[in-house]
Amino acid sequence: MTTFTVLAIVAVLAALGVVLFSSPVRSAICLVVNFFVLAFVYFILNAELLGITQIIVYTGAIMVLFLFVIMLLNLGGPQAWKERREFRTVLGFGFGAALAGVIASQLITHFREHSRPFADDGYGSPQAIGRVLFTQYVWPFEVASVLLLVGIVGSILLAKRKL
Amino acid sequence: MTGNNLADYLTLGLLMFSIGAVGVIVRRNPVVIFMCIELMLNAVNLTFLAFARYMPSSAPASGREASFMSGQMMVIFVMAVAAAEVAVGLGIIMAIYRLRKDVDVDEMNLMSG
Repeated sequence: MTTFTVLAIVAVLAALGVVLFSSPVRSAICLVVNFFVLAFVYFILNAELLGITQIIVYTGAIMVLFLFVIMLLNLGGPQAWKERREFRTVLGFGFGAALAGVIASQLITHFREHSRPFADDGYGSPQAIGRVLFTQYVWPFEVASVLLLVGIVGSILLAKRKL
Repeated sequence: MTGNNLADYLTLGLLMFSIGAVGVIVRRNPVVIFMCIELMLNAVNLTFLAFARYMPSSAPASGREASFMSGQMMVIFVMAVAAAEVAVGLGIIMAIYRLRKDVDVDEMNLMSG
């Protein structure tokens, strides 16, 4: 049993927990576990910078935002509403199983033979990413910064009671 | 560490994506639906990285390095867009909650005319 197998099992269990727990706070904790484990999968893939970014951005910033909203809206208390058991639940799980089955049978079997890494070991280092990000991808980088600025302004505009 | 197969990573990404899709359909709490969307985005990020690491590129013009850096660049931009999306989406949920004191997605019919 390799490290990857253990991490993958934990990640899938945590993902199931996000969907199956009825309390949003427990879902958020499961999501933290999933993102954290996924960062270690990135480390196994030798993408060090992205693994660390995953921990900082997702398990740090985004999950704090989620927990803040759960707390502010008071969704996490014992009076959290019951998820209705209805035909849509069955439909959703059936759809998910069908999606997984179709993709697994049609796509993943074609990639069985790729077991040798193609990229160099240092392809995920901060130096390599920085060199490409600030030369070849500098315009997408700037557009992403403008997008984040618009996101800040938009979320303040939406969430603020009175400007 | 390097004994893994590309298909293993793709299988993990597929499972996470499917579970996220099921969550978006099944759950009624909009915050949890957002969490499931994040789950799907992360599954796609994992797939990008696995392909960047394992898949030989068939594009000869851009060169070998460009082919495995582009996957990582895509992951960086997906993370940036996801952060903006979460901020705006949770702002919308806050605004809806202030309007109606209830955030059940099944009861929202403001835009259905």
